[in-house]
Amino acid sequence: MSLMGRVKDWAGVGAPPVETHEKVDYSDSLMYDPRPPEELNHMVLEAMQRTGREYWIVVAVLATVALVAYLGAWLYMILSGTGVTGLSRPNYWGVFIASFIFWIGISHAGTFISAILRVFKAEFRLPITRAAEMMTSASLLVAASFLGIHVGRVWVSYWILPYPNQRGLWPNYHSPFLWDEMAIATYLVGSTLYLYLPLIPDLAMARDRLKGWRHKLYRAMSLGWRGTERQWHNLNSAIRIFSVVIIPVMFSVHTIVSWDLAMTKSLGWRSSIFAPYFIVGAVFSGLSAAITVLIIARSSMKLQYFIRNEHLGSLAKLVLVFSFVWTYFFFADFLTEWYGGDAAGHQILALQVSGQMAPFWYTMLFCNIVVPWLTLWNRRVRNSPIALLLITLAINVGMFLERYIIVTGFLRRNHLPFNWGDYSPSVVEISIAVGALATFLLLYALLSRLVPLIPVWEVREGQLARSLRRVGRAKLKTMTELEE
Amino acid sequence: MYATYHDTNNRLNIQVYNRCAGIRYCGVNCPYKVRHFNWFDPDFPEPLNEQLNPDVTVRRRGIMEKCSFCIQRIRRARAEARAEGMALDTSAVQPACVQTCPTGALVFGNLDEPESPVAQLARSPRAYVLLEELGTEPSIFYLKRGESYVPYG
Repeated sequence: MSLMGRVKDWAGVGAPPVETHEKVDYSDSLMYDPRPPEELNHMVLEAMQRTGREYWIVVAVLATVALVAYLGAWLYMILSGTGVTGLSRPNYWGVFIASFIFWIGISHAGTFISAILRVFKAEFRLPITRAAEMMTSASLLVAASFLGIHVGRVWVSYWILPYPNQRGLWPNYHSPFLWDEMAIATYLVGSTLYLYLPLIPDLAMARDRLKGWRHKLYRAMSLGWRGTERQWHNLNSAIRIFSVVIIPVMFSVHTIVSWDLAMTKSLGWRSSIFAPYFIVGAVFSGLSAAITVLIIARSSMKLQYFIRNEHLGSLAKLVLVFSFVWTYFFFADFLTEWYGGDAAGHQILALQVSGQMAPFWYTMLFCNIVVPWLTLWNRRVRNSPIALLLITLAINVGMFLERYIIVTGFLRRNHLPFNWGDYSPSVVEISIAVGALATFLLLYALLSRLVPLIPVWEVREGQLARSLRRVGRAKLKTMTELEE
Repeated sequence: MYATYHDTNNRLNIQVYNRCAGIRYCGVNCPYKVRHFNWFDPDFPEPLNEQLNPDVTVRRRGIMEKCSFCIQRIRRARAEARAEGMALDTSAVQPACVQTCPTGALVFGNLDEPESPVAQLARSPRAYVLLEELGTEPSIFYLKRGESYVPYG
């Protein structure tokens, strides 16, 4: 197979999804292309157990990178001191905090796709909710680890946690950092539960069809699910409550992360729109990352039946909308500082427009504005997985740069010129940031083989409610509102 | 954890070294950037360790520190005054830098005592503060060049 053919195959273009002899066309909508329930179950279980040689090679590489670049570099930093980073006064925060904000942002995709689109009953969310929610949990763990990586004395970092203790010292409730921890802890617990609840019927499905250690694992995890009407009723109520409750929690997380910056007296971090600006950026990068992950998962796990171009295309439309909104907030934030007329504040803008941050700044603008605006309006681009893969990767580079600029670029200049200082990340910082990406991918790769990546029962429910009716020579798409 | 907090009685921003976990949030917040971080463990080879102040802990790596206005001297003076049952004589307390400054460029005292030298200087037309517009209510006054010399002490 030629290289291009291989790339195409990997990106899921024209690859046969399941072992069928006839050519399968997936241009139809998933909801109007029903299959027998057992076939759906089989496809998902097959995908979950697909651990060939390639999979283990990828896992081994990711684990090595995570172990060396992430944990190894962190250990080196703990043993020798925070000075091995490129930080110095006044640049007390660097790549670690930028990464922290970035990964928290990625975690917003899961809740956005699954909770908000569930509340609005968006049909295209059905097969992709779980894949997105798993991103939320994995990226939140990575993000939380950056709080530990960042602190100077990680061995006493549990002092920051608000719990009753014999030290007789409570954390300072004036500090947004503490609010942050509470929001993240709530979000981690909430989103994990929210990932777990719709998983129960699928775990029970896997329990009934698999043997060995998987059977034991799923028996324990499915909590005795038998699929009685009462259980379904309870599950649906719980999911309904959770999907509404988790939304404000999600908003609280990045709001408070933005307050970590906006509540200080630093220059540049002072516009009152920081909270929505950060949330929009978070959803923007999260949705893009979701598309990237879905494309990779779809082709590596042969899930072309469930995750179709229509789903990626719908997500891509949302990405475009969020790009518009992000651009507005970006401009509003820039304008505030620009019109503020503060000479010191203008120094920060000068740093970005024509100073040392300019390469990052223009790359960010290119990735976050030019790339999506020029491409995503086009249906052909939205239907091309390779194009979407490249675009979403570019957007995530842009969004990481945005966090990097906001955190590290703004700290370089402050009110008193004799306190100015420059910063460039050291090898240790870059290594940990790259290692965190490998850790996230590793977590995701392992999770994707442990739990069914597709919520089969939700897809089936959606397909049950929809049917094609032949009226004369026309085919009409009809939909029944399911009551329960 | 109250590793750093504002002591309203003494009008000082206090840093408690052994509570600090090194988040460096205070360093980012500080508009004057007077806080310094211990990026590595301090190293005082043999004879140099003799210069260390026995009243002050040596800060290890990962801890933020700032000028404490020799809080150990203020605390000791307060404790001694309380033990003797007398009011604190604020003019007796001096940070090390004020004590050693040969030209008398630095003055330390209680701003809440209107007749103290430092309060008189703070009222003088030469006095100004930095970044008052941020609402930091600074307790440090600088003196610019002026016509009239305001005598004190």
